[in-house]
Amino acid sequence: MKKIIPIGPYHPLQEEPEFFKLFVDGETVVDIEIEIGYNHRGIEQLSTTKHYDQVPFLVERICGICSTSHPFAYVNAVEDLLGIELPPRVKYIRSIIGELERLHSHFLWLGLAGHFIGYNTVWMWSWKYRENICDILEVISGNRQHYGMFKIGGVRKDIPKELIPQIEKMCDNLLPVIDMFKGAIMDDPVIHARLKGVGVLTKEDAIKYCVVGPTARASGVDIDVRRDDPYAAYSEVEFNVPVLSNGDVFDKAVVRILEMYESIKIIRQCLDKLKKEPEGNIEVKVDFIPKGEGIGRHEAPRGEVFHYVRSDGSNRPVRHKIRAPSYMNIASNKVAAVGQTISDAAITLAAVDPCYCCTERTVVIDKNSGEQILTWDGLIKLSQNKTCKLKEAYGK
Amino acid sequence: MKLFKKSLLKSLWVFHLPLSPCNNCDIEIVDALTPRYDLERFGIQLVGSIRHADVLLVTGVPNYKNWQKVKYLYEQAPKPCFVVAVGTCACGRGMFKDSLNSPCNVDEIVPVSMYIPGCPPKPEAIISGVVKLVERLKSNKL
Repeated sequence: MKKIIPIGPYHPLQEEPEFFKLFVDGETVVDIEIEIGYNHRGIEQLSTTKHYDQVPFLVERICGICSTSHPFAYVNAVEDLLGIELPPRVKYIRSIIGELERLHSHFLWLGLAGHFIGYNTVWMWSWKYRENICDILEVISGNRQHYGMFKIGGVRKDIPKELIPQIEKMCDNLLPVIDMFKGAIMDDPVIHARLKGVGVLTKEDAIKYCVVGPTARASGVDIDVRRDDPYAAYSEVEFNVPVLSNGDVFDKAVVRILEMYESIKIIRQCLDKLKKEPEGNIEVKVDFIPKGEGIGRHEAPRGEVFHYVRSDGSNRPVRHKIRAPSYMNIASNKVAAVGQTISDAAITLAAVDPCYCCTERTVVIDKNSGEQILTWDGLIKLSQNKTCKLKEAYGK
Repeated sequence: MKLFKKSLLKSLWVFHLPLSPCNNCDIEIVDALTPRYDLERFGIQLVGSIRHADVLLVTGVPNYKNWQKVKYLYEQAPKPCFVVAVGTCACGRGMFKDSLNSPCNVDEIVPVSMYIPGCPPKPEAIISGVVKLVERLKSNKL
């Protein structure tokens, strides 16, 4: 008998509250329906009612986890329109903030993924170490999230010389932590058994569904805006783009962990270059936005963010179009989750990083009687029990 | 009644309802429960159903797709149920006041017991808000 499992629409810790309807046949997911729109706040329209300098604060509040990505792409778009060249100091500071954000976002995802498969220790650990990155961001910008660092033609705050050793120390302390997580995932036979071959997104499907970011790179699609279309300081630093080929949840986790090493590498190089630049030169004065249009891109922790801005010469954008990475990535669940068991559904849906969390209301409803069979907590329990069984099988 | 209050203060269970937030308040709420701040040691726990909860934690601005669900949830909650608005959006909609998809404030739908402003409020601010809620409960002001 075919049953429907609605997942959502409300879960904390997620970019957009969305609603998944899983059609199940026994244990197997046979189809999935995705409904979004619960988080619509009319930001594109609001943006056209605000001054160019106010818009970065607005687009920052599209998403709290990638709260630098949207202003980053927006200022790239307006600067593309203006055609200005930025001082080197601005480029380095922007890249540092962007990479710090990637680090904290990947730690956040790692913790949630650990929670879904029943490793609550991983959850607590990774959120504990994430606090150190939030502290550094607070010292630099004055806020733990929503840094408000970006403005058209520059940044709002400088990174003074005294701060640089502190950031370097944070990077040094973070490396052994990432090593630990890498070991915990790569060496654990239970995690191998639990995540390998689960939620596979093949390269063909990845291209067909236009997925971006770590989701695409885990499936063997070698794209990264930072390398392919460099902006800010990314053309001046050396870094690798980790690409894996299997496309399962295991590879998606490994890609994110490898990316964290690259982020630290980029931050270190930017800090070294920042030391040589004179302090204070952190903006180009922009008085007037001429008529025209511009596009800006940024590689957010979840993939490519795209902003388009059109100006008619007034002090407000006439049109502001935003495309966030999760929009494409969520749709790929349609192939990744189908054919899996229900106990794998939670981690598969979470693997593209629209993070789910504890208090979500998921119910299994019998299609004929409308009776509630399983709650979201029950679903997580199911997933955690599967890990327990595997642990026993491996004698742990 | 004494016993009820004593046990309530030692185990405030929280149901978290995100109404189109940007996520940051939600992250900071979970942050307050994870090792550095660890509100869980005071018996504060996120629960999966409003029927188990004493506190309804609201973040974000209500929109046309979800604003009536707040009331629906509040009616389902066992009383007393305290509504806590976390973040500027839930307190007064902030910059989304003029949005085309935002009908009203949270406190126009359900009675709000506690406002925690900030964008996002730091975990320290959330803890301070919880302490104030507990103190007001103790002195019978709610």
